[in-house]
Amino acid sequence: MDLLRRRLLARGFAATLGLVGALGSAPSLRAEPASIVVASTTSTEQSGLFKHLLPAFEAKSGIAVKVVALGTGQALDAARRGDADVVLVHDRPAEDKFLAEGFATQRRDVMYNDFVLVGPKADPAGVKGSDVVAAFTELAGAKAPFVSRGDRSGTHSAELRTWKDAGIDLAAVRGDWYRDVGQGMGPALNAASALNAYILADRGTWLAFKNRGELAILVEGDKRLFNPYGVMLVNPAKHPSVKVKEGQAFIDWLVSPEGQGAIAGYRIGGEQLFFPSAAH
Amino acid sequence: MLQTLQETAMRLSTLDRDVVAIAWLSLRVSLSAVAIGLVLGIPIGAILAVTAFPGRAALVGLLNAFMGLPPVIVGLVLYLVLSRSGPFGSLGLLFTPIAMVAAQAVLATPLVAALTRQVVADAEAHLGEQLRSLGLSAPRRALALIHDTRFSLVTAALAAFGRAISEIGAVLVVGGNIDGHTRTMTTAISLETQKGDLSLALALGLVLIGIVVAVNAVAALLRGHAARAYG
Repeated sequence: MDLLRRRLLARGFAATLGLVGALGSAPSLRAEPASIVVASTTSTEQSGLFKHLLPAFEAKSGIAVKVVALGTGQALDAARRGDADVVLVHDRPAEDKFLAEGFATQRRDVMYNDFVLVGPKADPAGVKGSDVVAAFTELAGAKAPFVSRGDRSGTHSAELRTWKDAGIDLAAVRGDWYRDVGQGMGPALNAASALNAYILADRGTWLAFKNRGELAILVEGDKRLFNPYGVMLVNPAKHPSVKVKEGQAFIDWLVSPEGQGAIAGYRIGGEQLFFPSAAH
Repeated sequence: MLQTLQETAMRLSTLDRDVVAIAWLSLRVSLSAVAIGLVLGIPIGAILAVTAFPGRAALVGLLNAFMGLPPVIVGLVLYLVLSRSGPFGSLGLLFTPIAMVAAQAVLATPLVAALTRQVVADAEAHLGEQLRSLGLSAPRRALALIHDTRFSLVTAALAAFGRAISEIGAVLVVGGNIDGHTRTMTTAISLETQKGDLSLALALGLVLIGIVVAVNAVAALLRGHAARAYG
Protein backbone atom coordinates (compact mmCIF):
# COMPACT_ATOMS: atom_id res chain seq x y z
CA MET A 1 0.00 0.00 0.00
CA ASP A 2 1.46 3.37 -0.91
CA LEU A 3 2.11 6.10 1.59
CA LEU A 4 -0.69 8.39 0.40
CA ARG A 5 -3.29 5.70 0.81
CA ARG A 6 -2.09 4.82 4.27
CA ARG A 7 -2.12 8.47 5.31
CA LEU A 8 -5.66 8.83 3.99
CA LEU A 9 -6.83 5.83 5.97
CA ALA A 10 -5.07 7.04 9.11
CA ARG A 11 -6.68 10.44 8.65
CA GLY A 12 -10.13 8.86 8.36
CA PHE A 13 -9.49 6.84 11.49
CA ALA A 14 -8.24 9.89 13.41
CA ALA A 15 -11.21 11.94 12.24
CA THR A 16 -13.59 9.26 13.49
CA LEU A 17 -11.85 9.11 16.86
CA GLY A 18 -11.87 12.89 17.01
CA LEU A 19 -15.60 12.90 16.36
CA VAL A 20 -16.15 10.50 19.26
CA GLY A 21 -14.01 12.72 21.48
CA ALA A 22 -15.70 15.95 20.46
CA LEU A 23 -19.20 14.61 20.79
CA GLY A 24 -18.41 12.86 24.06
CA SER A 25 -16.80 15.83 25.76
CA ALA A 26 -19.56 18.30 24.98
CA PRO A 27 -20.82 19.59 28.32
CA SER A 28 -24.23 17.95 28.50
CA LEU A 29 -22.91 14.48 27.69
CA ARG A 30 -21.10 14.49 31.04
CA ALA A 31 -22.78 13.91 34.36
CA GLU A 32 -23.52 17.22 35.99
CA PRO A 33 -22.31 17.79 39.54
CA ALA A 34 -25.49 18.81 41.36
CA SER A 35 -28.35 16.74 40.08
CA ILE A 36 -30.76 14.16 41.40
CA VAL A 37 -32.84 11.47 39.75
CA VAL A 38 -36.51 11.45 40.74
CA ALA A 39 -38.46 8.32 39.84
CA SER A 40 -42.05 9.39 39.43
CA THR A 41 -45.24 8.46 37.70
CA THR A 42 -46.47 9.05 34.20
CA SER A 43 -49.30 11.19 35.60
CA THR A 44 -46.96 13.83 37.03
CA GLU A 45 -44.92 13.98 33.82
CA GLN A 46 -47.69 13.71 31.25
CA SER A 47 -49.92 16.21 33.02
CA GLY A 48 -47.11 18.76 32.66
CA LEU A 49 -46.74 19.30 36.45
CA PHE A 50 -42.98 18.78 36.56
CA LYS A 51 -42.38 21.17 33.69
CA HIS A 52 -44.24 23.74 35.79
CA LEU A 53 -42.52 22.97 39.12
CA LEU A 54 -38.91 22.22 38.32
CA PRO A 55 -37.71 25.53 36.86
CA ALA A 56 -38.61 27.29 40.13
CA PHE A 57 -36.76 24.73 42.27
CA GLU A 58 -33.76 24.55 39.95
CA ALA A 59 -33.40 28.32 39.84
CA LYS A 60 -33.50 28.55 43.62
CA SER A 61 -31.30 25.57 44.55
CA GLY A 62 -29.03 25.12 41.55
CA ILE A 63 -29.88 21.41 41.69
CA ALA A 64 -30.96 19.84 38.40
CA VAL A 65 -33.85 17.42 38.81
CA LYS A 66 -33.96 14.55 36.34
CA VAL A 67 -37.38 13.00 36.27
CA VAL A 68 -37.80 9.44 35.05
CA ALA A 69 -41.52 8.88 34.51
CA LEU A 70 -42.62 5.30 35.15
CA GLY A 71 -45.65 3.63 36.65
CA THR A 72 -45.66 3.72 40.46
CA GLY A 73 -44.65 0.03 40.70
CA GLN A 74 -41.76 0.46 38.27
CA ALA A 75 -40.67 3.73 39.91
CA LEU A 76 -40.43 2.02 43.30
CA ASP A 77 -38.52 -0.89 41.74
CA ALA A 78 -36.02 1.50 40.11
CA ALA A 79 -35.50 3.08 43.55
CA ARG A 80 -35.08 -0.37 45.13
CA ARG A 81 -32.23 -0.99 42.68
CA GLY A 82 -30.67 2.32 43.68
CA ASP A 83 -31.35 4.03 40.36
CA ALA A 84 -33.18 7.00 41.88
CA ASP A 85 -32.57 9.39 44.77
CA VAL A 86 -36.18 10.37 45.37
CA VAL A 87 -39.54 8.79 44.55
CA LEU A 88 -42.77 10.73 44.07
CA VAL A 89 -45.61 8.24 43.59
CA HIS A 90 -49.27 7.56 44.30
CA ASP A 91 -50.09 4.11 45.61
CA ARG A 92 -50.28 4.12 49.39
CA PRO A 93 -50.16 0.34 49.97
CA ALA A 94 -47.12 0.03 47.66
CA GLU A 95 -45.47 3.03 49.38
CA ASP A 96 -46.04 1.51 52.82
CA LYS A 97 -44.44 -1.73 51.63
CA PHE A 98 -41.45 0.25 50.33
CA LEU A 99 -41.11 1.87 53.78
CA ALA A 100 -41.50 -1.45 55.59
CA GLU A 101 -38.71 -2.95 53.49
CA GLY A 102 -36.44 -0.16 54.69
CA PHE A 103 -35.87 1.44 51.28
CA ALA A 104 -37.01 4.74 52.76
CA THR A 105 -37.32 5.95 56.32
CA GLN A 106 -39.93 8.65 55.91
CA ARG A 107 -42.86 9.42 53.64
CA ARG A 108 -44.24 12.94 53.26
CA ASP A 109 -47.64 13.86 51.89
CA VAL A 110 -47.20 16.22 48.94
CA MET A 111 -50.46 16.69 47.13
CA TYR A 112 -53.55 14.92 45.93
CA ASN A 113 -55.86 14.91 43.03
CA ASP A 114 -58.56 12.44 42.18
CA PHE A 115 -59.40 9.74 39.73
CA VAL A 116 -62.27 10.13 37.31
CA LEU A 117 -64.17 7.50 35.37
CA VAL A 118 -64.05 8.56 31.75
CA GLY A 119 -66.21 7.05 29.03
CA PRO A 120 -68.20 7.71 25.86
CA LYS A 121 -70.42 10.81 26.14
CA ALA A 122 -73.41 8.69 25.11
CA ASP A 123 -72.73 6.46 28.17
CA PRO A 124 -74.23 3.20 26.80
CA ALA A 125 -73.67 1.39 30.12
CA GLY A 126 -75.51 4.12 32.04
CA VAL A 127 -72.88 4.73 34.73
CA LYS A 128 -73.03 8.52 35.01
CA GLY A 129 -73.14 9.76 38.59
CA SER A 130 -70.96 10.04 41.66
CA ASP A 131 -70.74 6.42 42.86
CA VAL A 132 -67.74 4.70 41.33
CA VAL A 133 -68.46 1.28 42.85
CA ALA A 134 -71.98 1.24 41.41
CA ALA A 135 -70.55 2.35 38.09
CA PHE A 136 -68.03 -0.50 38.03
CA THR A 137 -70.83 -2.97 38.83
CA GLU A 138 -72.78 -1.64 35.84
CA LEU A 139 -69.71 -1.86 33.60
CA ALA A 140 -69.07 -5.50 34.47
CA GLY A 141 -72.78 -6.33 34.04
CA ALA A 142 -72.97 -4.65 30.64
CA LYS A 143 -69.54 -5.96 29.59
CA ALA A 144 -68.94 -2.44 28.31
CA PRO A 145 -65.57 -1.88 26.60
CA PHE A 146 -63.08 -0.95 29.34
CA VAL A 147 -59.39 -0.06 29.03
CA SER A 148 -57.12 -0.98 31.92
CA ARG A 149 -53.61 0.38 32.45
CA GLY A 150 -52.42 -3.10 33.43
CA ASP A 151 -48.98 -1.77 34.37
CA ARG A 152 -48.85 -1.94 38.19
CA SER A 153 -49.18 1.84 38.30
CA GLY A 154 -50.98 3.73 41.05
CA THR A 155 -53.97 4.17 38.77
CA HIS A 156 -53.99 0.46 37.95
CA SER A 157 -53.97 -0.35 41.68
CA ALA A 158 -56.88 2.03 42.24
CA GLU A 159 -58.81 0.35 39.42
CA LEU A 160 -58.20 -3.12 40.87
CA ARG A 161 -59.28 -1.92 44.33
CA THR A 162 -62.50 -0.59 42.86
CA TRP A 163 -63.39 -3.90 41.15
CA LYS A 164 -62.76 -5.56 44.51
CA ASP A 165 -64.96 -3.01 46.33
CA ALA A 166 -67.71 -3.76 43.82
CA GLY A 167 -67.42 -7.44 44.70
CA ILE A 168 -66.38 -8.35 41.18
CA ASP A 169 -63.94 -11.16 40.58
CA LEU A 170 -62.12 -9.73 37.58
CA ALA A 171 -60.46 -13.03 36.68
CA ALA A 172 -63.90 -14.64 36.34
CA VAL A 173 -65.64 -11.92 34.31
CA ARG A 174 -62.89 -10.50 32.15
CA GLY A 175 -63.26 -11.09 28.45
CA ASP A 176 -62.96 -9.21 25.19
CA TRP A 177 -64.55 -6.14 26.73
CA TYR A 178 -61.66 -5.73 29.17
CA ARG A 179 -58.57 -4.41 27.35
CA ASP A 180 -55.38 -4.60 29.34
CA VAL A 181 -53.00 -2.26 27.46
CA GLY A 182 -50.00 -2.40 29.81
CA GLN A 183 -49.01 1.21 29.20
CA GLY A 184 -48.94 4.66 30.77
CA MET A 185 -51.96 6.91 31.32
CA GLY A 186 -51.59 8.73 28.00
CA PRO A 187 -51.41 5.63 25.77
CA ALA A 188 -54.26 4.05 27.73
CA LEU A 189 -56.38 7.17 27.13
CA ASN A 190 -55.44 7.06 23.45
CA ALA A 191 -56.64 3.45 23.35
CA ALA A 192 -59.88 4.32 25.15
CA SER A 193 -60.44 7.20 22.76
CA ALA A 194 -59.94 4.92 19.75
CA LEU A 195 -62.17 2.16 21.16
CA ASN A 196 -64.71 4.58 22.66
CA ALA A 197 -64.21 2.66 25.91
CA TYR A 198 -64.52 3.41 29.61
CA ILE A 199 -61.33 4.03 31.58
CA LEU A 200 -60.26 5.08 35.06
CA ALA A 201 -57.87 8.04 34.75
CA ASP A 202 -56.21 10.54 37.04
CA ARG A 203 -57.74 13.97 36.59
CA GLY A 204 -54.41 15.67 35.88
CA THR A 205 -53.52 13.57 32.86
CA TRP A 206 -57.11 13.73 31.64
CA LEU A 207 -57.11 17.53 31.77
CA ALA A 208 -53.82 17.72 29.89
CA PHE A 209 -54.89 15.07 27.37
CA LYS A 210 -55.74 16.39 23.93
CA ASN A 211 -56.92 13.42 21.85
CA ARG A 212 -60.25 12.96 23.69
CA GLY A 213 -62.51 12.04 20.80
CA GLU A 214 -65.98 11.20 22.15
CA LEU A 215 -64.81 10.72 25.73
CA ALA A 216 -65.97 12.74 28.75
CA ILE A 217 -65.89 12.47 32.54
CA LEU A 218 -68.85 10.34 33.72
CA VAL A 219 -68.13 9.65 37.38
CA GLU A 220 -66.32 12.03 39.73
CA GLY A 221 -66.45 13.28 43.30
CA ASP A 222 -66.64 9.86 45.03
CA LYS A 223 -64.32 10.00 48.02
CA ARG A 224 -63.05 6.54 47.10
CA LEU A 225 -61.49 8.24 44.06
CA PHE A 226 -59.12 10.25 46.27
CA ASN A 227 -55.57 10.02 44.89
CA PRO A 228 -52.80 11.08 47.29
CA TYR A 229 -49.17 11.50 46.22
CA GLY A 230 -46.27 10.88 48.60
CA VAL A 231 -42.57 11.66 48.37
CA MET A 232 -39.70 9.63 49.85
CA LEU A 233 -35.92 9.89 49.94
CA VAL A 234 -34.30 6.54 49.13
CA ASN A 235 -32.54 5.22 52.23
CA PRO A 236 -28.78 5.84 51.88
CA ALA A 237 -28.17 2.88 54.19
CA LYS A 238 -29.50 0.69 51.35
CA HIS A 239 -27.79 2.59 48.54
CA PRO A 240 -24.80 4.78 49.47
CA SER A 241 -24.98 6.42 46.03
CA VAL A 242 -28.15 8.28 47.05
CA LYS A 243 -27.61 12.04 47.03
CA VAL A 244 -29.03 12.73 50.48
CA LYS A 245 -28.42 16.46 50.71
CA GLU A 246 -29.77 17.33 47.27
CA GLY A 247 -32.64 14.85 47.45
CA GLN A 248 -33.72 16.13 50.86
CA ALA A 249 -33.50 19.71 49.58
CA PHE A 250 -35.96 18.82 46.83
CA ILE A 251 -38.36 17.14 49.27
CA ASP A 252 -38.09 20.06 51.71
CA TRP A 253 -38.88 22.48 48.89
CA LEU A 254 -41.87 20.43 47.67
CA VAL A 255 -43.51 20.49 51.12
CA SER A 256 -42.51 24.12 51.85
CA PRO A 257 -45.08 26.90 51.43
CA GLU A 258 -43.28 27.91 48.25
CA GLY A 259 -43.39 24.43 46.71
CA GLN A 260 -46.96 23.87 47.82
CA GLY A 261 -47.93 27.22 46.30
CA ALA A 262 -46.31 26.23 43.01
CA ILE A 263 -48.29 22.96 42.98
CA ALA A 264 -51.55 24.84 43.64
CA GLY A 265 -50.66 27.29 40.89
CA TYR A 266 -50.56 24.70 38.11
CA ARG A 267 -53.71 25.06 36.08
CA ILE A 268 -54.91 23.96 32.67
CA GLY A 269 -57.76 25.96 31.20
CA GLY A 270 -58.29 27.60 34.59
CA GLU A 271 -58.71 24.25 36.33
CA GLN A 272 -56.37 23.26 39.17
CA LEU A 273 -54.81 19.80 38.66
CA PHE A 274 -53.17 19.02 42.00
CA PHE A 275 -54.03 20.11 45.54
CA PRO A 276 -51.21 20.63 48.05
CA SER A 277 -51.50 18.45 51.16
CA ALA A 278 -48.20 18.64 53.07
CA ALA A 279 -48.66 18.84 56.83
CA HIS A 280 -46.64 21.56 58.55
CA MET B 1 -56.63 13.39 9.72
CA LEU B 2 -56.68 16.50 7.52
CA GLN B 3 -57.06 18.67 10.58
CA THR B 4 -54.10 16.97 12.25
CA LEU B 5 -51.99 17.62 9.16
CA GLN B 6 -52.95 21.29 9.11
CA GLU B 7 -52.06 21.61 12.78
CA THR B 8 -48.79 19.80 12.10
CA ALA B 9 -47.83 22.34 9.47
CA MET B 10 -48.59 25.12 11.92
CA ARG B 11 -46.62 23.48 14.73
CA LEU B 12 -43.62 23.07 12.42
CA SER B 13 -43.38 26.81 11.98
CA THR B 14 -43.40 27.44 15.71
CA LEU B 15 -41.01 24.73 16.94
CA ASP B 16 -38.95 26.23 19.71
CA ARG B 17 -35.46 25.98 21.09
CA ASP B 18 -36.39 22.87 23.07
CA VAL B 19 -36.83 20.99 19.82
CA VAL B 20 -33.47 22.20 18.52
CA ALA B 21 -31.80 21.00 21.74
CA ILE B 22 -33.53 17.62 21.51
CA ALA B 23 -32.59 17.22 17.84
CA TRP B 24 -28.99 18.16 18.61
CA LEU B 25 -28.80 15.60 21.44
CA SER B 26 -30.26 12.90 19.15
CA LEU B 27 -27.71 13.74 16.50
CA ARG B 28 -24.75 13.75 18.89
CA VAL B 29 -25.75 10.48 20.57
CA SER B 30 -26.34 8.65 17.29
CA LEU B 31 -23.24 10.01 15.53
CA SER B 32 -21.11 9.04 18.55
CA ALA B 33 -22.60 5.56 18.50
CA VAL B 34 -21.96 5.23 14.75
CA ALA B 35 -18.36 6.45 15.19
CA ILE B 36 -17.78 3.75 17.81
CA GLY B 37 -19.54 1.24 15.58
CA LEU B 38 -17.20 2.13 12.69
CA VAL B 39 -14.03 1.98 14.79
CA LEU B 40 -14.97 -1.47 16.10
CA GLY B 41 -17.07 -2.86 13.28
CA ILE B 42 -14.90 -2.16 10.21
CA PRO B 43 -11.79 -3.99 11.51
CA ILE B 44 -13.88 -6.92 12.77
CA GLY B 45 -15.75 -7.23 9.47
CA ALA B 46 -12.62 -6.87 7.32
CA ILE B 47 -10.60 -9.40 9.31
CA LEU B 48 -13.50 -11.86 9.08
CA ALA B 49 -13.51 -11.37 5.32
CA VAL B 50 -9.82 -12.00 4.67
CA THR B 51 -9.04 -14.78 7.13
CA ALA B 52 -10.12 -18.39 7.25
CA PHE B 53 -10.42 -20.27 10.51
CA PRO B 54 -12.63 -23.01 11.88
CA GLY B 55 -16.02 -21.69 12.94
CA ARG B 56 -15.83 -18.62 10.74
CA ALA B 57 -19.06 -19.44 8.93
CA ALA B 58 -20.90 -19.74 12.24
CA LEU B 59 -19.42 -16.45 13.44
CA VAL B 60 -20.48 -14.71 10.23
CA GLY B 61 -23.96 -16.16 10.59
CA LEU B 62 -24.15 -14.89 14.16
CA LEU B 63 -22.91 -11.46 13.11
CA ASN B 64 -25.55 -11.27 10.38
CA ALA B 65 -28.22 -12.27 12.88
CA PHE B 66 -27.03 -9.56 15.30
CA MET B 67 -27.92 -6.96 12.68
CA GLY B 68 -31.44 -7.63 13.91
CA LEU B 69 -30.76 -7.31 17.65
CA PRO B 70 -33.96 -6.02 19.25
CA PRO B 71 -33.18 -2.54 20.68
CA VAL B 72 -35.42 -3.02 23.69
CA ILE B 73 -33.48 -6.15 24.72
CA VAL B 74 -30.16 -4.33 24.29
CA GLY B 75 -31.61 -1.54 26.43
CA LEU B 76 -32.81 -3.93 29.11
CA VAL B 77 -29.50 -5.80 29.36
CA LEU B 78 -27.56 -2.54 29.47
CA TYR B 79 -30.00 -1.23 32.09
CA LEU B 80 -29.29 -4.21 34.33
CA VAL B 81 -25.54 -3.83 33.77
CA LEU B 82 -25.51 -0.07 34.46
CA SER B 83 -28.09 -0.08 37.28
CA ARG B 84 -26.69 0.80 40.71
CA SER B 85 -27.32 -2.81 41.65
CA GLY B 86 -25.56 -4.04 38.48
CA PRO B 87 -21.87 -4.78 37.86
CA PHE B 88 -21.08 -1.30 36.51
CA GLY B 89 -23.48 0.56 38.80
CA SER B 90 -20.75 2.51 40.56
CA LEU B 91 -20.03 4.42 37.34
CA GLY B 92 -23.42 6.13 37.70
CA LEU B 93 -24.02 6.01 33.95
CA LEU B 94 -27.67 4.97 33.93
CA PHE B 95 -30.03 7.72 32.69
CA THR B 96 -27.17 9.62 31.02
CA PRO B 97 -26.44 10.28 27.33
CA ILE B 98 -23.34 8.09 27.65
CA ALA B 99 -25.56 5.10 28.41
CA MET B 100 -27.59 5.92 25.30
CA VAL B 101 -24.43 6.11 23.17
CA ALA B 102 -23.34 2.73 24.56
CA ALA B 103 -26.71 1.15 23.77
CA GLN B 104 -26.78 2.47 20.22
CA ALA B 105 -23.12 1.48 19.71
CA VAL B 106 -24.09 -2.09 20.62
CA LEU B 107 -26.75 -1.91 17.90
CA ALA B 108 -24.49 -0.22 15.33
CA THR B 109 -21.34 -2.34 15.69
CA PRO B 110 -22.66 -5.71 14.39
CA LEU B 111 -24.46 -3.90 11.57
CA VAL B 112 -21.24 -2.19 10.45
CA ALA B 113 -19.20 -5.37 10.93
CA ALA B 114 -21.62 -7.54 8.93
CA LEU B 115 -21.94 -5.05 6.05
CA THR B 116 -18.17 -4.46 6.01
CA ARG B 117 -17.54 -8.20 5.90
CA GLN B 118 -19.81 -8.53 2.89
CA VAL B 119 -18.29 -5.60 0.99
CA VAL B 120 -14.71 -6.60 1.78
CA ALA B 121 -15.38 -10.25 0.96
CA ASP B 122 -16.65 -9.22 -2.48
CA ALA B 123 -13.53 -7.14 -3.08
CA GLU B 124 -11.39 -9.98 -1.80
CA ALA B 125 -12.88 -12.25 -4.47
CA HIS B 126 -11.44 -9.92 -7.12
CA LEU B 127 -8.19 -8.80 -5.57
CA GLY B 128 -7.39 -11.40 -2.89
CA GLU B 129 -5.19 -13.52 -5.14
CA GLN B 130 -3.13 -10.54 -6.15
CA LEU B 131 -2.69 -9.28 -2.58
CA ARG B 132 -1.71 -12.72 -1.32
CA SER B 133 0.84 -13.05 -4.14
CA LEU B 134 2.49 -9.89 -2.80
CA GLY B 135 3.00 -11.77 0.46
CA LEU B 136 0.92 -9.37 2.56
CA SER B 137 -0.24 -10.41 6.03
CA ALA B 138 -3.96 -10.68 6.79
CA PRO B 139 -4.19 -7.29 8.57
CA ARG B 140 -2.34 -5.66 5.66
CA ARG B 141 -4.70 -7.25 3.15
CA ALA B 142 -7.70 -6.19 5.24
CA LEU B 143 -6.40 -2.62 5.35
CA ALA B 144 -5.82 -2.54 1.60
CA LEU B 145 -9.32 -3.85 0.90
CA ILE B 146 -10.93 -1.43 3.40
CA HIS B 147 -9.22 1.36 1.52
CA ASP B 148 -10.34 -0.04 -1.79
CA THR B 149 -13.98 -0.28 -0.69
CA ARG B 150 -14.09 2.90 1.42
CA PHE B 151 -16.83 4.50 -0.64
CA SER B 152 -19.06 1.45 -0.32
CA LEU B 153 -18.45 1.45 3.42
CA VAL B 154 -20.13 4.85 3.65
CA THR B 155 -23.36 2.95 3.04
CA ALA B 156 -22.63 0.80 6.09
CA ALA B 157 -22.11 3.95 8.16
CA LEU B 158 -25.40 5.40 6.92
CA ALA B 159 -27.26 2.19 7.63
CA ALA B 160 -25.87 2.22 11.18
CA PHE B 161 -26.83 5.87 11.60
CA GLY B 162 -30.35 5.13 10.38
CA ARG B 163 -30.69 2.30 12.85
CA ALA B 164 -29.31 4.37 15.73
CA ILE B 165 -31.26 7.59 15.30
CA SER B 166 -34.58 5.89 14.65
CA GLU B 167 -34.59 3.39 17.52
CA ILE B 168 -36.46 4.12 20.71
CA GLY B 169 -36.44 0.86 22.69
CA ALA B 170 -32.88 1.13 23.94
CA VAL B 171 -32.61 4.89 24.58
CA LEU B 172 -35.92 4.93 26.43
CA VAL B 173 -34.84 2.21 28.85
CA VAL B 174 -31.26 3.34 29.56
CA GLY B 175 -31.85 7.07 29.08
CA GLY B 176 -35.16 7.41 30.91
CA ASN B 177 -36.48 10.15 28.58
CA ILE B 178 -35.46 12.87 31.04
CA ASP B 179 -36.48 16.34 29.93
CA GLY B 180 -33.42 18.39 29.00
CA HIS B 181 -30.97 15.54 29.64
CA THR B 182 -31.82 12.34 27.80
CA ARG B 183 -34.90 13.23 25.77
CA THR B 184 -34.23 12.36 22.13
CA MET B 185 -36.36 12.85 19.05
CA THR B 186 -37.84 9.35 19.23
CA THR B 187 -38.63 9.45 22.96
CA ALA B 188 -40.09 12.96 22.58
CA ILE B 189 -42.32 11.77 19.74
CA SER B 190 -43.45 8.84 21.86
CA LEU B 191 -44.17 11.13 24.83
CA GLU B 192 -46.23 13.57 22.76
CA THR B 193 -48.16 10.65 21.26
CA GLN B 194 -48.85 9.42 24.80
CA LYS B 195 -50.07 12.86 25.78
CA GLY B 196 -52.44 12.73 22.84
CA ASP B 197 -50.77 15.74 21.16
CA LEU B 198 -50.65 14.02 17.80
CA SER B 199 -49.95 17.11 15.69
CA LEU B 200 -46.85 17.98 17.76
CA ALA B 201 -45.72 14.32 17.61
CA LEU B 202 -46.10 14.38 13.84
CA ALA B 203 -44.26 17.70 13.55
CA LEU B 204 -41.36 16.22 15.56
CA GLY B 205 -41.47 13.16 13.31
CA LEU B 206 -41.05 15.37 10.23
CA VAL B 207 -38.06 17.04 11.87
CA LEU B 208 -36.51 13.62 12.56
CA ILE B 209 -37.03 12.52 8.97
CA GLY B 210 -35.50 15.83 7.86
CA ILE B 211 -32.41 15.13 9.96
CA VAL B 212 -32.00 11.66 8.49
CA VAL B 213 -32.37 13.00 4.94
CA ALA B 214 -29.91 15.83 5.65
CA VAL B 215 -27.27 13.48 7.07
CA ASN B 216 -27.63 11.20 4.05
CA ALA B 217 -27.36 14.15 1.69
CA VAL B 218 -24.19 15.38 3.38
CA ALA B 219 -22.72 11.87 3.18
CA ALA B 220 -23.57 11.65 -0.51
CA LEU B 221 -21.95 15.02 -1.19
CA LEU B 222 -18.79 14.13 0.74
CA ARG B 223 -18.63 10.81 -1.01
CA GLY B 224 -18.97 12.39 -4.43
CA HIS B 225 -16.35 15.00 -3.59
CA ALA B 226 -13.94 12.42 -2.19
CA ALA B 227 -14.47 10.10 -5.15
CA ARG B 228 -13.53 12.89 -7.56
CA ALA B 229 -10.53 13.96 -5.51
CA TYR B 230 -9.05 10.58 -4.58
CA GLY B 231 -10.94 7.95 -6.55
